[in-house]
Formats: sequence, C-alpha cells, structure tokens
Amino acid sequence: MNNETDWDYLVPLLQKAFGETLWMVSISLLIAGVAGLALGLAVYVTRRGNFLENRIVFTVLNLLINTIRPIPFIIFVFAVGPLTMALVGRTIGIEAAIPPMAIMAAVAFARLVEQNLVALDPGVVEAARAMGASRWRIVWSVLIPEALGPLILAFTFLTIAVIDMSAVVGMIGAGGLGDFAIRHGYQRFNWEVVWATVAIIIVLVQLVQVLGNALARKALRR
Amino acid sequence: MSTTAPPMVSFRHAVKTFPAKSGEVRAVDDVTLDIRTGEIFGVIGYSGAGKSTLVRLINALEPATAGEVIVDGQDVTALPERELRRVRAGIGMIFQQFNLLSSRTVAGNVGYALAVAGWPREERKDRIAELLDFVGLADKARQYPSQLSGGQKQRVGIARALATNPKILLADEATSALDPETTQDVLDLLRRVNSELGVTVVVITHEMDVVKYACDRVAVMEGGKVVEHGDVYSVFARPEHRATRRFVGTALRDRPSPAALERLRHRHPGRIVTVAVREDGASSTDLTRALREHPVDGTIIYGGIVEIAERPYGSLTLELAGEDAAIAGFITDLSSTTSVLDLGTAEHPLADPDAVGPRATTASPEGDEGPSSPTLPQAVDTDRLADADSPTWNPFTHLRRWRR
Ligand SMILES: Nc1ncnc2c1ncn2[C@@H]1O[C@H](COP(=O)(O)OP(=O)(O)OP(=O)(O)O)[C@@H](O)[C@H]1O
Ligand SMILES: [Mg+2]
Repeated sequence: MNNETDWDYLVPLLQKAFGETLWMVSISLLIAGVAGLALGLAVYVTRRGNFLENRIVFTVLNLLINTIRPIPFIIFVFAVGPLTMALVGRTIGIEAAIPPMAIMAAVAFARLVEQNLVALDPGVVEAARAMGASRWRIVWSVLIPEALGPLILAFTFLTIAVIDMSAVVGMIGAGGLGDFAIRHGYQRFNWEVVWATVAIIIVLVQLVQVLGNALARKALRR
Repeated sequence: MSTTAPPMVSFRHAVKTFPAKSGEVRAVDDVTLDIRTGEIFGVIGYSGAGKSTLVRLINALEPATAGEVIVDGQDVTALPERELRRVRAGIGMIFQQFNLLSSRTVAGNVGYALAVAGWPREERKDRIAELLDFVGLADKARQYPSQLSGGQKQRVGIARALATNPKILLADEATSALDPETTQDVLDLLRRVNSELGVTVVVITHEMDVVKYACDRVAVMEGGKVVEHGDVYSVFARPEHRATRRFVGTALRDRPSPAALERLRHRHPGRIVTVAVREDGASSTDLTRALREHPVDGTIIYGGIVEIAERPYGSLTLELAGEDAAIAGFITDLSSTTSVLDLGTAEHPLADPDAVGPRATTASPEGDEGPSSPTLPQAVDTDRLADADSPTWNPFTHLRRWRR
C-alpha cells in the first residue's frame, strides 16, 4: 500500500470517471427503458388469454428473454462483440459498453414489466373492454397507469443493476468508476482508492433507491 | 313493462365453447331466450353453469361460437371489432370485484368511461357530478377506490356503467362480495336504475334472495343450458327442474335437509309429509280443513313460509298420526288441491329428492352433479335422483304438480 495517496492527481480522474458512469448508465437506461417496456408489453399482450394472444410471437419473445438473461454479463459483453462492432464501430471504450448494457438491461426490464402486468387484476382490463376501449387505449390508459408504482420500483432496480454493469464494463476500457477503482486502486494495491470508489457507488445506489421509493410511493398513494 | 316492445336481447340457439384438455367445454349450450325491454332479468345457477359466459355474449366480450345474439335489434355475433366497441359503449357492466381503476379517483373512474366513449372534456365534469349524485357519492369524487367500502365501490361501478346512458346494464355477481345489508342497498339502486332510467338490467347471481328481491323474470342455468325461465314467482313456486328446486330449497330452508329429517324421525317415528304452501293461501286452509275432516292428527314439526315476488311461498312438514287408511285418505284429499310430499315413516323412510343441506349419516358414493356453490353444503345424491325417475319410486303420492 502506498504511504501517501495523491488525491490532487486522482480527484479530477475520479470526477471524469463519475461523469462517464452517469453517461453510460443514462444512455443504457434510456434505451433499455423504452425497449424493455415495449418488449414486456408485447410479451404480456401476446400471452395466452390476453387480448393479442399469439403463440408464435409470445414463444419467440419469451425464449429471447430467457436465453439472454442468464448469461453472465461479463461473458455477454464479449459475446455481443460483433454486434457492438456493427452498431458503434468499435469493441472497446465507452460507446462499446452501451450496446451490451442496453440489451441486457432491456431484457431484464422486459421481464420485470411483464411480471408486474401479469400481477394486475385482469378484471380492470375486462372493465375497460366492456366500456368499448380499444386495445392500445387499454395499454396506455389502463395497464401502464395501474402498474405504475411497481414499474417505478422495477426501473429503480434496473438502474442499480445497470450501475453494477457499468462497473464491469471497465474491463473493456469503457472508463467509469469501475475502471477507475481497478486501475488506480486495485492494480496499485491502493485500498483507499478502492474503498473511496465503493463508497461513491454505494451513495449513488442509495440515492437512486430513495428517489425510486419516493416516486413509487407517490404513484401508489391511492 | 311492455310485452309488445321487441326484446332488448334475444339469444337464438346461442352456443359458446371453450377448448379444454379433453375436447371442449360447452359453457353456453344452445340457449334461446328473450330479455324484455325494461325488465330486470335474473340469471341464476351454480358456479360453472355458464352465467358469466352467457352475459358476456351480450356485449361480445366473448364471441359466440354459433347462433345469434340480437341486442337492441342488432346481431352482435356478426359485427367486427370496431363496431363492437360502439355496441359495448351502449351497454354498462358491473362486476363482483368492482374492477375500478385504482390509479384514478372516483371521478376519474367515471370520467374514464366518458373519455372512452369520446365525450368532450368540458362536458364530462357535469355528467360525472350528475352520476355521482345519482348513486349518492357526490362527496367522494376525489377519493381513490382503496378509500371506499365495498358498497361504495359498487356504486362507483354503477355510476361508471351508466355514464354513457346505456340501454342495458349487466351485473355479474354484483352483490356477491357484499354483506346482506349492502347487498340490499345495491339492489335498491339497481331497481332505481331500472325504474327511473328505464335501463334493462340483467342480474347474474347464485343467490336466490337476489332474484327474489330484484328480478321480474329469471332464467335458471345448469351445464350451459337454460333449464327453466319465466316469471320469478311461477319459476320458483312451481319449479320444474331439479336445479331450480335446489335453489328454492336453499333459499327458504323450509324443507328438512336429509340430516334434519333423520333427526326428526327419531323424535317423530310416524308418517311424515311435507305440504306445499302457495300464493293463494288455500293450501294452509285446506290443511286445516283436511285435518278436521279426517281422523288424523297432524303435528307441525318443520317448515317455513316466506314471500316471493310479494306472494306467500313455503311448506310445512307434519307428522301424521292415525289409521293407515285414514292417513292415505287424508293425503289423497289434500293432494287434490296442493302438493304433498310423502316422506314415509321411520320404519319405511322415503327421501326428498330435492332436499338440500347436510346429508344423513350413511353417505352414498360421491355423485355430485358438477361443481356446487361453496355456500351450499350438499344436496341430493345422484342415485337417489335416478331412483326418483324410476317408476317404482314415488315419494309424491299423487303429485308432480304444485298447484296454485
Ligand atoms: N375463458 C375461458 N376458457 C376456458 N373455459 C372457460 C372460460 N370461461 C369460462 N370457461 C368455462 O365455462 C364454464 C362456464 O363458466 P362461467 O364463468 O360462465 O360460469 P358461471 O356460471 O359464471 O360461474 P361462476 O358462478 O363461478 O362465476 C365453466 O366450465 C368454465 O370453466
Ligand atoms: Mg361467473
């Protein structure tokens, strides 16, 4: 362990790493939020007994989710290398981190969305149908608002998972807090730096959780 | 109620099947039935009888497999989804579990129905206020459903269902989740909806009391079929079908259950008969007269008389003491004006084929006819029923008619 940690040198680097993490996490979440919501809804509405019941679409989407989800993220990052190359033109660096993060997060979110929709009382959907509501109207005016509280909690969970992923992608030189902790802490046996970074990540996660809980409570205030 | 007006709903050989593991379920099996404009029509049956499926054919929440369902002059089985949405907007529906949107306030729930029906925003407010006033919830407009009692939730459901001035209101077990007093309130409200707004109401229930209290006419369903229908009094006073007799029995409990009969026989080993009491009241008079004219002593050991559709209905069970011949004469005499069910003696017992309630000690092998309501312990077993139809078994000495 070094006798002296050179914080004057490290703090600007830490700030940069923090910015990179926020950037990676935000973009991935944005993509995963939209894609995951769409995918989750698609799985829900094509499920047996639901209003766009479609065995083939359901099976394909379900299989897609079930196939991707269990892959350990670090392996997944390398496995989608060719896709990343095709999408962003490179396989290392911060841009290269976004496709695997966004895809994995989208798939996870799709499952969370679907589970929360399945947990809804089908009676409200039936009531809306009985009033003459169209299918899409039911999706945006019944399903999403009724499941909003749990969906916010699911998104909070997803945000934390993506922060976690962003630390892992430090492995492919994507920068961010994970990369910082490894490069300036772990590899130099500087535990002070490691723990400082860990503390920042813990605070970040706590903030996200507190915010998510507050929003969910607001949505569930009924 | 006008009988000349065309029916509001006509089922013509309506069939609805669902695929099931073993072949298919015929949830609605060749139903032909008219629901008249302006009436309160009851559909009663045990769980799984097909009641919900039948009414869902009216607003085409379930498309019919075969046959016609004509709603207000239009065959809804022939309509495409877009058209159906318009038809549905003209039919209100309320549910056992209320099915309110928990994310919206009371006013928001009622407003939702208006929004779906395409009402301009500025007209909704007045309409919401008017509806909440009608159901007596004007002060709850800004509350969320979770802050309301069951009865209040159902009132919101009714306000929501009435929002777009429907001609028909479908109530699927609308009171089954409510306590008796609240049930009464909600039924009163449905009666107001019918009488003040002229809405044709279809009430699904498994509770005889609901039909008794609220309905003009009733259809009894079993196994997807309408086994009996007509005026509430005629259907229940002279039930022709086993299912109907069971409903009547459970609701009135005027006839001893097999277990109760067993106990009665211990205390009253003589000849036991059950005498029907019907609307004109003549039967109880006849009973008094017959007891006076025949050398027979009668002790009332069980019974009950209530009102159905505001007319007396029930039965009395008596133990008869006297010479065999005198008793036979007494029964023959009484049977000419009312119906008498002979339950035999302790030594030679006869069973009541329509008995409901706990069975007597020695149970025969489980022979349930389909799923029965949880509130209903157990009724007749099938082998007794089989006996009932065979010529050698005749519990009714002369009858089969429950005369007026
Ligand atoms: N969507 C469905 N898919 C498959 N079978 C169904 C479906 N809906 C109803 N059924 C079957 O149709 C039959 C009639 O059901 P239905 O819900 O109409 O009965 P019900 O009289 O309303 O009963 P309950 O009093 O329990 O509500 C039952 O055997 C039921 O299992
Ligand atoms: Mg039902």
